Amino acid sequence: MIKAKINNIDVQVKKGSTILDAAKLINVHIPTLCKHPDLHATAGCGICIVKIKGTNKMMRSCCTPLDEGMDIITHDQELQQTRKTVIELILSNHPNDCLQCGRNNNCELQKLAGDFGIREFPFKQHLRNLPEDGSTGTISLVPEKCILCGRCVQVCQDLQDVWALSFLERGLNTRISAAGDINLADSPCIKCGQCSAHCPTGAIVEFDQTHQVWQSLYNPDKYCVVQIAPAVRVAIGEAFGFSEGANLTGKLYSALRMLGFKAVFDTTFGADLTIVEEASEFVERFVHKKGALPLITSCCPSWVDYMERFYPDMIEYFSTAKSPHEMVGVLSKTYYAQKNKIDPAKIQMISVMPCTAKKYEVSRSEQMFASGYQDIDIVLTTRELARMIKQAGIDFANLPDESADHILGDYTGAGVIFGATGGVMEAALRTAYHYVTNKKLAKLEFNNVRGLEGVKETEIDIEGTIVKIAVAHGIGNVEYVLKKVEKAIAEKTELPYHFIEVMACPGGCVGGGGQPYGVTDKLRIKRAQGLYQEDADTKIRSSHENPFVCKLYAEFLGKPLGEKSHKLLHTRYTPKPMYKK
Amino acid sequence: MSGKNDKKIILVCDTDGKQREADYADTIISVLAEEKLDDQVQVVRVAELGIYGQGVIARILPENITYKLNDEAMINQIVSEVIKKNKTLRDAVLEADPKQLKIVLRNCGIIDPEKIDDYIGQDGYQALAKVIFDSSPQDVIEQLKISGLRGRGGGGFPTATKWNFARSTEADQKYIICNADEGDPGAYMDRSVLEGDPHSVIEGMIIGGFAIGADKGYFYIRAEYPLAIERVQKAIDQAREYGLLGENILGSNFSFDLDIRLGAGAFVCGEETALIASIEGKRGCPTPRPPYPSISGLWKNPTVINNVETLANIAVILLKGAKWFSGIGSATAKGTKVFALTGKVKNSGLIEVPMGITLREIVYEIGGGVFEDKKIKAVQTGGPSGGVIPKEFLDTPVDYENLQKLGSIMGSGGMIVLDEDDCMVDIAKFYLRFCVDESCGKCAPCRIGGFQMLNYLKAISRGKATQDDLVKLENICNAVKKASLCGLGQTAPNPILSTIKYYREEYNQHINDRRCAAKKCADLLRFVISKEKCVSCGMCSRACPVNAIPKNENKEYIINQEQCIKCGKCFDTCKFDAVIRE
Repeated sequence: MIKAKINNIDVQVKKGSTILDAAKLINVHIPTLCKHPDLHATAGCGICIVKIKGTNKMMRSCCTPLDEGMDIITHDQELQQTRKTVIELILSNHPNDCLQCGRNNNCELQKLAGDFGIREFPFKQHLRNLPEDGSTGTISLVPEKCILCGRCVQVCQDLQDVWALSFLERGLNTRISAAGDINLADSPCIKCGQCSAHCPTGAIVEFDQTHQVWQSLYNPDKYCVVQIAPAVRVAIGEAFGFSEGANLTGKLYSALRMLGFKAVFDTTFGADLTIVEEASEFVERFVHKKGALPLITSCCPSWVDYMERFYPDMIEYFSTAKSPHEMVGVLSKTYYAQKNKIDPAKIQMISVMPCTAKKYEVSRSEQMFASGYQDIDIVLTTRELARMIKQAGIDFANLPDESADHILGDYTGAGVIFGATGGVMEAALRTAYHYVTNKKLAKLEFNNVRGLEGVKETEIDIEGTIVKIAVAHGIGNVEYVLKKVEKAIAEKTELPYHFIEVMACPGGCVGGGGQPYGVTDKLRIKRAQGLYQEDADTKIRSSHENPFVCKLYAEFLGKPLGEKSHKLLHTRYTPKPMYKK
Repeated sequence: MSGKNDKKIILVCDTDGKQREADYADTIISVLAEEKLDDQVQVVRVAELGIYGQGVIARILPENITYKLNDEAMINQIVSEVIKKNKTLRDAVLEADPKQLKIVLRNCGIIDPEKIDDYIGQDGYQALAKVIFDSSPQDVIEQLKISGLRGRGGGGFPTATKWNFARSTEADQKYIICNADEGDPGAYMDRSVLEGDPHSVIEGMIIGGFAIGADKGYFYIRAEYPLAIERVQKAIDQAREYGLLGENILGSNFSFDLDIRLGAGAFVCGEETALIASIEGKRGCPTPRPPYPSISGLWKNPTVINNVETLANIAVILLKGAKWFSGIGSATAKGTKVFALTGKVKNSGLIEVPMGITLREIVYEIGGGVFEDKKIKAVQTGGPSGGVIPKEFLDTPVDYENLQKLGSIMGSGGMIVLDEDDCMVDIAKFYLRFCVDESCGKCAPCRIGGFQMLNYLKAISRGKATQDDLVKLENICNAVKKASLCGLGQTAPNPILSTIKYYREEYNQHINDRRCAAKKCADLLRFVISKEKCVSCGMCSRACPVNAIPKNENKEYIINQEQCIKCGKCFDTCKFDAVIRE
């Protein structure tokens, strides 16, 4: 342990802890615009400077380890003046059009300018006049607003191992862009939106589609229906002052009805359906040896996009089951429309997702039009929905709890944990166990696949048969898993895994790129806890036991992996070039 | 190893740089031909031998004795006595500049840099052999510690300490890197060493590898130095051939090899962490320290990065002894320093002087005084990271601490003499512009602060700034100095701060009176033609790029002030001093 002083307060930290982290422990706040808890320090902004007592030199607290006996000063006249000047310099190179900005009220730079009481801009403004890049239709790059903190580049290169984003040029001309100065849509970008979730300013924001949704809602010819993903319910509260991880499903349903949606569905129903199809697929491949192993989950669109570009040789291992919201989407325009005698052409299906890549998924292949129409019309992120609720003047905190519409809104505990890393695996195992053994699991929780470890490897004993599984989240963790599989296949040795779950975002969907800002591991855990708690509190906790799923098969689909399921609920994958030319 | 090279070489140099009717080199060649000595003696014309104002001189190698060539009789005498009979003409010997002391440049101009035997002939690789067979790594570091050698790249960090950090860090792989990314405007110290004596640097690196336990080293040379790259590569190849690089050097257990990596010309890549990033194939941007490279550097392995000049000192220290070296220089700085002496000085060029010499000795005794005998104003040291030292401090002994106290730095060795025609705002602008151009863009204070500082300087030099702007400028300077990540940003405000410190009055003149006393800031000048002096030759009118000097009906030339872009072409062109700047 290291003993030192910060602002004359004694502090003890582990060796290697930075001054910034040590200060946090004793409730001393040192401002920074570039350091994020998920990422290593790039030391770009120059605001977290501190002094060692008795010296004149300033050092960056984000990357300087606290040493034994150090005597640190975090705030004095010179430090405050220097910080203020640096902020003023940054503002002189920033559009400062806060009112029209995607991050208004939510911007780290704006907050800092407020905290420092910036009332005038002393330095002449110099803007770079750089074009926006909205080519992906999922996230927008607004390089003019970029303060070059480097978080997005680090997220894209280190956390996600995608290397789509890069710095270009040097000095004052430095800017973020897709590497090679191409459109983001032509780059290897997998649209995960983690860059936007980590950006301190409005330089990378979700592609806003709230206006489209308003237009649909106000259009009397449209029959607007909506679904919400599991991870949305435990994150939206952050936008309305609720505690972290609070599960607000009932209030969300109320709010959505108040916004004018004619029917409110839940993606979690789709999750149960996905599990039934995917677990059946696993049993086919694992028990009946029909199809390639390992089976890899495919409900994360960024992950699908990544696999199609970076590992096209491994496409055959993907589950062909569509993602849950696509299943609800296609059913809303087929089963639901028929049952309620609504013209599917009039149905506008809006999904509320923790995700930016879902905006891309809805038109990624012809299978996304299985109903004869685009199965999902518009995807909103959690952040966009929060804005719509505020626009509509809804007092979210005081809403009554309501229920979703049958039958596309009824779900089990297995479906709801989809939103956390390991959740799909856990849900699938509950059902697969039943399919193989025809028995009920004694203990439903698979604690080995829960938590935030980057790669979780474990074995499950299904009546004497060992199923080897791996769960990875954050694309940067995927290589380890896939290389092991590739090696075993190439060398024709025993497979390291039979079943693999991958989620592109760290923590799974709770940490999705479309979730409210400020995500850290602590917050990811809280959100996941909100989901696991609901699972624990739910009576029915296995997808195949969802009575409405059973009803759906009986009334409409036939059987899992059947002809109709195949047509409506399954998709195909195609190898894609990493760069479009 | 082979012995000394017996073939004589005559280096002929014109130390005045004048155009002469007679080419003495040709004369020597013809005299040698007459004596049938032309196949035994090689005559080489060289541009510079570190001696100035002595007419044509000839240096005889390998004896390294220099004669002044007064006339053809002298040439005949040299050929008949010196070349044929191996005598020394004591009375005619031209002593090298007594103020200079060549340690780093000891072999430059004396040996053929492309011949390893030449270097070996000058006791080259003797230190390496001694170290490998008679010393331990600890001994080497101890010797360096006693010698007091400090880094010559600018910071002046003790070399022994740096090596010791790397030596005492446990790792399977360690590296030593030679930083030859010399980029200060006007500086060419490293280039001269690499081009003139590459083996001395290679020997220093091998010894460094031995001392820290590295078996791999890199030369990081900027691509703009093609001759240096070519010669270093040749030297590496020859050293490998001689068993001085590669597996089991000189038959010992010690193995070490070298490779060259090219820099793409970014000034900031001379910063250690940016240099490492560049070698690793990443964007050349600095990263935070700690960890220091000597603990975790290239590919996260302990890495020592030394400047060319530092490395060129190593072998000679170990051969002649640490005590000998520490006997040279000042109390805190030992040995010599190479400077690129330029600016308004009569003899500009590369000089090597013992630490502790005064600026006055450098400017007046080595440099021969100010060009055109004008008044000296200041000496700028340390390149774009340095500052100006006013003439009042010319008697300051040059070492790291003294220069720092005066608000400048030693830097890598740029030294520019400024005279009364130099405007301090203009000087600060020149250096700052360089730093702004070379900012990597990573950290906000340097990236934006540099740009804003330059804006204020431009406004001042155009007479469009207020005193309030000067306060803002100083404010930014302080923030950039304190809050920048790397040395480039931290020192970029130095030229401004030091000129404001010593020449605030000049800034005030620009701001308050809109006047540039040195007549450098074109926007504050008016070019007019003196009726008395003008002979109506029309040269200025033809030289004017914007046709602002028409001839009027009285056949007079008058500068149209509205059209004038103040380029100064007319002023430079006029042979009658009729164009006046006011």
